[in-house]
Amino acid sequence: MRKTLPLIAAFLSITSASANEPIKIGMSQPLTGDIAASGTYVANGAKVAVDVVNRSGGVLGRQIQLILEDNKSNPKEAVATAEKLLSGDKVPVLLGAWGSTLTLAIMPRLLDYKVPMIVETASSSKVTNSGNPWIFRISPPSSLEAKAFGETLLDKFNPAIKKADMLVVNNDWGRGAADEFTKLLRSKGIEIGAVERMTADATDLSAQLAKIKQAGGDTLFVTTSIEQLTLVLKQAQEQRLPQRIVSTGGATAPDQLIEQAGNAANGSYHIVFFTPWFLDAAPHAEVARTFVDEWKKKGYNAAGLTDGYRGYDGILTAVQAIKDAGKAEPEAIRQALWNVNVKGVNGDIKFTKVGPDGSESGQSIPSIFIVQIKDGKVIKP
Amino acid sequence: MDQLLQHVLNAVVLGGTYALLGIGLTLIFGVMKVANFTHGELYTFGAYMAYLLIGPLGLNFFLGLLIAVLLGVLLGAVIEYVLLRPLQGAHMDTVMLVMIGAWIALQNLELLTWGGVAKSVPQPFPTEPLVIGSVSVAPLRIFVLLAALVLLAVFYLILNRTKFGIAIRATFQDPDVSSLMGVKINQMFTLTFAIGSGLAAAAGALLAPVFVVIPIMGDLVTLKAFAVVILGGLGNIVGATIGGFILALAEEFGAGYIDSGYRDAIGFILIILVLLLKPQGLFAPRERTG
Repeated sequence: MRKTLPLIAAFLSITSASANEPIKIGMSQPLTGDIAASGTYVANGAKVAVDVVNRSGGVLGRQIQLILEDNKSNPKEAVATAEKLLSGDKVPVLLGAWGSTLTLAIMPRLLDYKVPMIVETASSSKVTNSGNPWIFRISPPSSLEAKAFGETLLDKFNPAIKKADMLVVNNDWGRGAADEFTKLLRSKGIEIGAVERMTADATDLSAQLAKIKQAGGDTLFVTTSIEQLTLVLKQAQEQRLPQRIVSTGGATAPDQLIEQAGNAANGSYHIVFFTPWFLDAAPHAEVARTFVDEWKKKGYNAAGLTDGYRGYDGILTAVQAIKDAGKAEPEAIRQALWNVNVKGVNGDIKFTKVGPDGSESGQSIPSIFIVQIKDGKVIKP
Repeated sequence: MDQLLQHVLNAVVLGGTYALLGIGLTLIFGVMKVANFTHGELYTFGAYMAYLLIGPLGLNFFLGLLIAVLLGVLLGAVIEYVLLRPLQGAHMDTVMLVMIGAWIALQNLELLTWGGVAKSVPQPFPTEPLVIGSVSVAPLRIFVLLAALVLLAVFYLILNRTKFGIAIRATFQDPDVSSLMGVKINQMFTLTFAIGSGLAAAAGALLAPVFVVIPIMGDLVTLKAFAVVILGGLGNIVGATIGGFILALAEEFGAGYIDSGYRDAIGFILIILVLLLKPQGLFAPRERTG
């Protein structure tokens, strides 16, 4: 009797868990701190997706429950959120964590707990190259972004780029982007002038901009959060920077720039991974339209759509994998992720193997677009 | 040469606000012996009030800034009255911990009130920069520098030419003796903290339209204000004023000619050097010993 009681209890808890309880999906995002705006947008996108999925009956007959944790734009906090989601909530799949530095901080925990994570924003090549088989990335690493930029977007600039300068945030993301874009531009015969860095919380960038102004390039590539990009645009205007400004990374929410940087945003170019202004241009227009409609119904800021889609696509990918796996268990979800083909807002999401043999990470090849801000409006250049 | 001039100009503009932050902090430390960790939050508060008054409430830009500063003075007085007065005579460490707690609480309150998305303060100046030769500067930044210089001048006049200023300086030197001379010490403490806070709020309100307003903007500012104060010597008001400009120049030239990635580190390296070589600050008066 002493032995059977716990067995019965265990049996009851298993059956009740699988029959009624919702399937948990864990998410770590920067809801406060330096990159709070983007993180909040991504979290909102995930909430929208969870609503859409649950309204259409959930997955495996169960509802989805999003457990959202704030990593405060801080790698130490990011590890704490992962620890809480993995050991406390015991989620079978994670989404996160916006920044490369934040994502890299969480990654060792995935190996410990053997739970897959869908990476929705981070773009450092280290994320998929470090031999972590639990990583599935739907955002482009800087190398893919630079490559796609060279193939499809570089010839859209008139006059053509001859000499480029770089201004990047001093972390894994910014330095990675500077390396990849330098490599790409050099391979196209474009000269590289100044490469300047700024700490993530720096507000006065006048020293960097004065240096860049002297470097004499025609185009400045900027990689940083939208808060800092706003400052770059304003201060570039103050110093009469002659360069045209191109932001990379796809986290720049042009509508928010128009609102906050005013006419300093005019003329700037932005690489984005979703163009809510031209819904018909989306690879799956109907998916994109559902996302935009539901986003607006929730009353979220339209400026956040270019970031929010990441959370939406991330949830769609997780849900598809759970469905294909037939159960909400980490290893089964990981196996299923290798074979998904999700129609996302950004395009088709399917994973190819990258990184060291035997412990490859998954990488999807996303679509990339460029838009320009002109007279306070977003246009196709 | 062009680049050099531009760096100097940038540094001078920035230095004015660093000086405001520095003298506020050093005044509070000098008079009250309190390491005020809420200084950066008063800066943030000033910035958010400027946003609220000029943005959503649509007040005149200059009136909005003025009211934002006055609200900062008021908040400073409240903090002194509610938190510091009951702690009079408590150990310095206790006071420091309470101030760190207040810093965290204020910051989270700002986050709760305003959310994490940055706010932008509208400004009436033309966005086209003034160009002198190859050097250019935004009219707004010139206004910020002038306003900071005016505030500094007013502060010095009050401190050196008024009875109130004498009372503050007396309390600074010896609270016990000045209380025997009829100075109301408690009142002095509240006023000192209010003025110091007002200066921080002024720096925040002035810089809000230049930068963007976010809840964490005060963190780096608190550190920088301490840097300025240590450069000038704790409690040394002239030192803090000059220290503000020195820090701005060091940052600007460090970023311009050494490595921009370490811009904010350069200021702190400078402090380590000062603490190692001249721990009483660069401008410590020679006669004060013991």
